[in-house]
Amino acid sequence: MSKQVILAAHFPGVNNTTVWSDPAAGSQIEFESFVHMANTAERGKFDFMFFAEGLRLREQRGVIHDLDVVGRPDTVTVLAALAAVTTHLGLTGTLNATFREPYELARQLATLDHLSGGRSGWNVVTSPDAFTGENFRRGGFLDYSLRYERAEEMIRAARTLWDSWADDAIVADAENGRFVATPDVGHFDHHGKQINISGQFNVPHSPQGHPVILQAGDSDAGRELAAATADAIFSRHSRLDDARAFFADTKGRLARFGRTPEQLKILPAVTFVLGHSEAEARERAHEIRLQQVSPQTATLLLEQVWNRDLSAYDVDGPLPEIDPDVSTTSIIQGRARMWPDPMKTASQWRRLAETKGLSIRETVIEATGRQSFIGTPEQVADEMIEYVETDACDGFILVPHITPGGIDDFVDRVVPLLQERGAFRSEYRTNTLRGHLGLPSNARDAAAAAVRESA
Amino acid sequence: MTVSLHLAVALDGAGFHPAAWREPSARPKELFTARYWTELAQRAERGLLDFITIEDAFSLQSSRSTPDDRTDQVRGRLDAVLIASVIAPSTKHLGLIPTVIPTHTEPFHVASAVSTLDWVSKGRAGWRPQISWKSHEATHVGLREVPPIDRRANDEVTRGYINDLFDEAADAVEVVRRLWDSWEDDAIIRDVTTGRFVDRDKLHYIDFRGRFFNVKGPSIVPRPPQGQPIVAALAHSEVPFRFAAKSADVVFVTPAEGDDVSGKVGDIRAAEKTVERARERLMVFADLVVFLDESIDRAEARRARLDELDGHAYRSDAAFFVGTPNGLADQLVDWQRHGLDGFRLRPAVVTHDLDAIVDGVVPALQKRGAFRTEYPPGSLRARLGLPRPENRHAGAVAGSETS
Repeated sequence: MSKQVILAAHFPGVNNTTVWSDPAAGSQIEFESFVHMANTAERGKFDFMFFAEGLRLREQRGVIHDLDVVGRPDTVTVLAALAAVTTHLGLTGTLNATFREPYELARQLATLDHLSGGRSGWNVVTSPDAFTGENFRRGGFLDYSLRYERAEEMIRAARTLWDSWADDAIVADAENGRFVATPDVGHFDHHGKQINISGQFNVPHSPQGHPVILQAGDSDAGRELAAATADAIFSRHSRLDDARAFFADTKGRLARFGRTPEQLKILPAVTFVLGHSEAEARERAHEIRLQQVSPQTATLLLEQVWNRDLSAYDVDGPLPEIDPDVSTTSIIQGRARMWPDPMKTASQWRRLAETKGLSIRETVIEATGRQSFIGTPEQVADEMIEYVETDACDGFILVPHITPGGIDDFVDRVVPLLQERGAFRSEYRTNTLRGHLGLPSNARDAAAAAVRESA
Repeated sequence: MTVSLHLAVALDGAGFHPAAWREPSARPKELFTARYWTELAQRAERGLLDFITIEDAFSLQSSRSTPDDRTDQVRGRLDAVLIASVIAPSTKHLGLIPTVIPTHTEPFHVASAVSTLDWVSKGRAGWRPQISWKSHEATHVGLREVPPIDRRANDEVTRGYINDLFDEAADAVEVVRRLWDSWEDDAIIRDVTTGRFVDRDKLHYIDFRGRFFNVKGPSIVPRPPQGQPIVAALAHSEVPFRFAAKSADVVFVTPAEGDDVSGKVGDIRAAEKTVERARERLMVFADLVVFLDESIDRAEARRARLDELDGHAYRSDAAFFVGTPNGLADQLVDWQRHGLDGFRLRPAVVTHDLDAIVDGVVPALQKRGAFRTEYPPGSLRARLGLPRPENRHAGAVAGSETS
């Protein structure tokens, strides 16, 4: 059997990838939208569904950003509700590790794991910005340089808590009056640089033992953290050559931590456009790009590179002659700066615009967010298999552009081809997210599963 | 004529008696599954109950206020908001009021979570803020020093600390309420012509500044279907009475007997005056621990058996009703006349007493004309007779911040 593709569905986020202006676009907050996408992903035998999180509404030029979708549910609360309407689909999302403490976070993830029968996963992010901190007691307490220290310690503390109950701690022997095996269930101690806690954890060992941990860091420190601790990486590298280099680099780090390549799955976030012919798909792809980059959005995205107010420029005219403002004050707040070297990006964009004779809007469309896979279902299926078989990744997190029907076509037209080619499951073979992903579950987890089966 | 009363059930593990899990009907191995909680909720919904509450805490259960060494009682619990959330899609009418501890949970997260619960349940959410004063719970979180307090002695340090915790909880409720209003109902415009998804003039910073924390806002979740989900509080004495009068929509009180009901209701009304309550009259529910059987003798015998199994006579902050469903219906109707809006029953053994409530007490109340015979359409607020509140920002001049 060929190497299996991992598939996940990303609920459309609050950025311009998500097209809200399309007639097919539905609510981003009504529960039906979440049920629709989760049911579709499960019908397609996907490994998991994914939700992003932002703890402060984005701002640009000092006001709330109003051009993209705004507003979404609390990650773990909506995941718990989806546990009720799905049976196999993994339920994962981002939970910020800066503005949460381990006892509560570990409880929520272990609770979700219990309620879903072993399907929970956590994408660990930190946000060291004072902007988001204004919504929380501690404010922007975390120094930028300490963000990976925070992430690493949160993961370690959470795992300490998850391990604090033996998997056979609950006896529930009514006759002899023994509910728990020992009085010290849940006992834990964690003393680190940022977190000092001790006592008794109050959620028993969950079906997966350890919920799946995803990590998105891309810097050297981020890759080290993922290699040391994560089960999967939510990667930005979707171009074949980039993806292969990232895959080789990250998997190459694992041995130093005593881990094998199978223990860390590389999952780039990708977009796709399907057509009956390649030409039709390309045409659709361009239409979607026009929807994603409205004239107003073109200005905003340009400003993110230039780091200046460019509202006076005509988006159908040429790029500004003025250079980017490279001072440290960012005009965008509430999300990471996308362009590490604005001068370099600006000169690339200028070259692109000159060569092809493009306006501001056309340049932005061309230079940002081009879809990852464009073609007929056969082409997309073959290309995805090629990625996985040639070690560019272990699978994909699909980022659709429409809520909630954005993966319908993929599930109906591409998944059957992946299944025919033997690259993707036709039925779920396990009940847990770790199981779907082929991640090792330790002996304790296996023993716990056996107890539950017999219970 | 009898006035219809409101009826809620409190859920906690296998029931409120610590030996409940040892009853033949109990399902102790399923306490941590979605199926268990969903089935209990569905049963409550078959009884047309107003809402359920779900207990929670930042520590293991204990027979005292510090951790104990007992292994013969239920230990371990799941996050109450998430239990409520997993129940929501499998129920249609039942209100869902989980306990949340704002002493340790960020008010911003509370607002998002309860708002989301309201979205997934289509307008049936609430929360019960409960303070955490125990030092071992603070040690679990790691951010707060608890002074040496002694609740029995109730000395000055203890009183000061407890008062602060209630003041802090009141600030948390205020933040949560402001965040729920930080989006006007018509903020989402999806205006293709201007390219704008939201009208940013209808999103509001809350700019809350208090003794304990500051919160900027706006919420990351659009205004929930109920506008303001229900806030419920359990209160036994003056400080929590004032907290409830200031912050809650529903208060649970614990009269010891019928004669005590008017006094408790009077205390609540007095607290409302003290805090100059602005919103609708606080709804008063009385809590009762219930042991229900076909005869009083059987109920008494069951209680005695459970006490014997546990090795201690179970005591509670709430009064006990030990008897028949008909007898309880009579008592509820009688107590209600002293000014109560409803009751929150705490089943001693949930797998036994919840059935008795649904199959016995509810029909008995219906026969007395004291309880609904079907769910009216609408949100939890509507069922409780509370209007959907106008957003505090509605009608404000565009762009101005009123907070």
